[in-house]
Amino acid sequence: MVRRGAAFGLADALAALLVLGALALLAEFARELVGPAPTAAPIALDPSHLPLLALRTTSRMLAAMALSLLFTFTVATWAAKSRRAERVLLPLLDILQSVPILGFLSVTATAFLAIAPGRAAGAELAAIFAIFTSQAWNMAFSFYQSLRTVPRELEEAARSFRLNGWMRFWRLEVPFALPALVWNMMMSMSGGWFFVVAAEAITVGETTVVLPGIGSWIARAIDERDLAAVGWALAAMAIVILLYDRLLFRPLVAWSERFRYEGEAGATSERSAVLEILRRSHLLGLVGAPLGHLWRAGYRLSARLGRAGVTGGNRTSPLVWLDRAGVVLLLVIGALAAHRAVEFALLGVRPDELARVVALGGLTAVRVVVLLLLASVLWVPIGVRLGLRPELARIAQPIAQMLAAFPTNLLFPVAVSAIVAWRLDPDVWLSPLMILGTQWYVLFNVIAGAAAIPRELHDVAASLRVRGWLWWRKVALPAIVPFWLTGAITASGGAWNASIVAELARWGGVRLEAHGLGAYIALTTEAGDFHRIVLGIAVMSAFVVGINRLVWRPLYRWAERAFRLD
Amino acid sequence: MDPAPLLELRGVKKSFPKPDGGELLVLDGIDLELREGEILGLLGRSGSGKSTLLRLVAGLAPASGGTIRCLGRPVNGPPEGVAMVFQSPALFPWLTVLENVELGLEAAGLPPAEARRRALAAIDTIGLDGFESAYPRELSGGMRQRVGFARAIVVHPAILLLDEPFSALDVLTAETLRSDFLDLWSDGRLPIQGMILVTHNIEEAVAMCDRIVLFASDPGRIATTFPVELPQPRARLDPSFRDLVERIYVELTARAPKARPATAEGLPGLGIGTILPPVSTNLLAGFLEALAAPPFSGRADLPVLAERLAMGIDELFPVAETLQILRLVELEGGDIHLTADGRRFVEADTDDRKALFAKQLTAFVPLAGHIRRVLDERPGHRAPWSRFAEELEDHMTPAAAERTLRAVIGWARWAELFAYDDSRRIFSFENP
Repeated sequence: MVRRGAAFGLADALAALLVLGALALLAEFARELVGPAPTAAPIALDPSHLPLLALRTTSRMLAAMALSLLFTFTVATWAAKSRRAERVLLPLLDILQSVPILGFLSVTATAFLAIAPGRAAGAELAAIFAIFTSQAWNMAFSFYQSLRTVPRELEEAARSFRLNGWMRFWRLEVPFALPALVWNMMMSMSGGWFFVVAAEAITVGETTVVLPGIGSWIARAIDERDLAAVGWALAAMAIVILLYDRLLFRPLVAWSERFRYEGEAGATSERSAVLEILRRSHLLGLVGAPLGHLWRAGYRLSARLGRAGVTGGNRTSPLVWLDRAGVVLLLVIGALAAHRAVEFALLGVRPDELARVVALGGLTAVRVVVLLLLASVLWVPIGVRLGLRPELARIAQPIAQMLAAFPTNLLFPVAVSAIVAWRLDPDVWLSPLMILGTQWYVLFNVIAGAAAIPRELHDVAASLRVRGWLWWRKVALPAIVPFWLTGAITASGGAWNASIVAELARWGGVRLEAHGLGAYIALTTEAGDFHRIVLGIAVMSAFVVGINRLVWRPLYRWAERAFRLD
Repeated sequence: MDPAPLLELRGVKKSFPKPDGGELLVLDGIDLELREGEILGLLGRSGSGKSTLLRLVAGLAPASGGTIRCLGRPVNGPPEGVAMVFQSPALFPWLTVLENVELGLEAAGLPPAEARRRALAAIDTIGLDGFESAYPRELSGGMRQRVGFARAIVVHPAILLLDEPFSALDVLTAETLRSDFLDLWSDGRLPIQGMILVTHNIEEAVAMCDRIVLFASDPGRIATTFPVELPQPRARLDPSFRDLVERIYVELTARAPKARPATAEGLPGLGIGTILPPVSTNLLAGFLEALAAPPFSGRADLPVLAERLAMGIDELFPVAETLQILRLVELEGGDIHLTADGRRFVEADTDDRKALFAKQLTAFVPLAGHIRRVLDERPGHRAPWSRFAEELEDHMTPAAAERTLRAVIGWARWAELFAYDDSRRIFSFENP
């Protein structure tokens, strides 16, 4: 609805800037794709190049996000609508979610380079694909979950007013899924920065791929042992994260709030200045209105084409055949891939090698658990205190979220240079790097949990004079257990992934190596030994899946039952 | 000869598959028609299948047997010319009032200008002027339900299905909305030829309907039909209005389950497979005390008692019947009175009340006795939830089994008959 009144206002100017910025980003990205092959030519460590490099890194992220959304809308919908597909896709997504993507970079990069040799496109696609693989699965899961839990009464209302499938998808299912999806997009984006940085400078055996971006800047800075350059990159990244938070996610989350179904509690009551500006601007109305009309015309067209999206009659529709064919295809590909993987990894790998890799996995597992406990001991008390003060929580929560988005691999050089300087034991001191980025998930989930403790419970505890350790045991800790678990599960998954870059670090010519599965994968990648890369990834996936199934899931189910607040 | 009915149901059945492979019959042998210009009421307790029947008519679920013809065409999928108003308004929270109302027109592929015109007209008719750009969350319950009505009438349905549309509203709001809607209908301002109203409110049915069909449970079927020949508008205090309400109560109490195995109709009487309502022991005790106190002094006319306690039949009957199962009250011809045990219960102190309740529970609720016996026989005196849930699921849906088991657990805990640990899902005798 276009508001009459003031002419071109400040809001419009800002909105125009936003739109232009988005366009520039697209153009820059397109130019890049058709550009010449990325050379191993060193990135000049000149701070004036940083804005452009940051822009390139960001555009990779956004491209991957677009890809992930496409994947979510298609594959997750398929899984939700077809029992047959669901049985195949769900376990598949679950496994994919647990595969350490960093380890995979080398494999996918070589594959994509082979597809588009001599063009930047190949390397770009490899990087985008890597980021995509870090983003898509949880988004798809969340969307699938939402589609399966659309409230019955809304679903019936939609059917009884004869909305066809297309309309039901856009009018009912997508809006209903949006709040959860946006939240997961945010988590995915946060995780994604880590991978985009890692994906910009890959060395696999003889091949080195360098894509212009903050990640390759850092790689170069490490080679040069240039701490100042590392500092510049950190500053640039901080600004990028801040901008992305303010310009993209705050507005998205605030906007998605209105799709929350009644009765659902909002995670946060987000407000976004940028969103207000966009809402108030006439320009957006001018651009948006025709698009809205087109979209609605699409509904009418679909209404006329597929008169009534009703399940009736026994005739097999083409969709059913498509569904069947798709599932068969998936199964065939899956079988082939599994066969190849087993053959690839296990042939030429002796049992003692496998045993060694499993033992290394155990070492990394110990690290993850110890770090997680340490992080919890540190953050749970702080998180609870913050969560109980709404005014503090409002400040702390977004900061923790932003810190989670910050790609900590940018910080590694600082830590590594210190370890080198003070000759510390890498087996111990490299470890904290694994949890550096993911500990924030523990913090902000605990904050959310503490903030969700009902007012009355505090009042009761206060009036009964429950204090000190008793208060922690009976009031605070039980109330936050489910939240802490959510954070811990995310943090543990992230830590496994991070082990690949954390257990093997470099500072100029000096190399630090901790004993663990992450270092094994990193070393074999460096050597271009694909058999062992696959073996390492397979064992790590097995660890992650196993821990998820045997520890996290039962724990979460128990916590949900035991500590539900209702 | 009447003109062809708007809606015609012949021998309609609905069953759900049971986990063990059998079928659970929820509706059986329904013959029904909706005539032009008629409001037909479907009245019954929860679980009698009246809402399920409405869903079959709306094409939201397929019937398992029999035929449903709507406006001359067999129903498979939501038929054209039928619109529904839901109990929770089921509005799309992300659409404004106007967009919600336009939704059905958009789905029908109407040109935007035409859709807008009709939606505004419907909003005007239903009294929502000024709320066009509001989101549902900004509206009160009554206003939301008005949007539900506007959304239904805007598609100009021949048949309007009303699924307890007033039951989620408070008494005053419901009354206003009801009379506004009836006025529109009597003035012929609605493009509707006939309506079906599902309700568990007897007075509402008598106030609105031209014919009331009373449902019986297990399986859901038509018990009786009451024609309502009172002129509109109907006054609630009118003697003939009261008389009809009373007659419906009598009919309902006649059908309450008798505390004897194998009732007159050869139904499974009170075996282990009886669905039990989750009624709290506080409510049971409070109800007995209210019945024992003046002005009732142990005997009451159900409509009067319902009015006094502000309970609908969906609330009243579960309580009354549970007490009847426990032989603390007796239901008869629209009346309810305390039994000797019931009177003793009211006069006893807490410990004696618990003892009496435990005795009645073991004697007359077979499931309670059964759980008790199983616990007695087992060496460790404990049994898992699934042991009983699976047994119940032979007779009822998993959801009903869960409710029934929860109901018995609630009563048994109060009576200190046995204990249940929900975190481990285990029955035992141990109480800490």
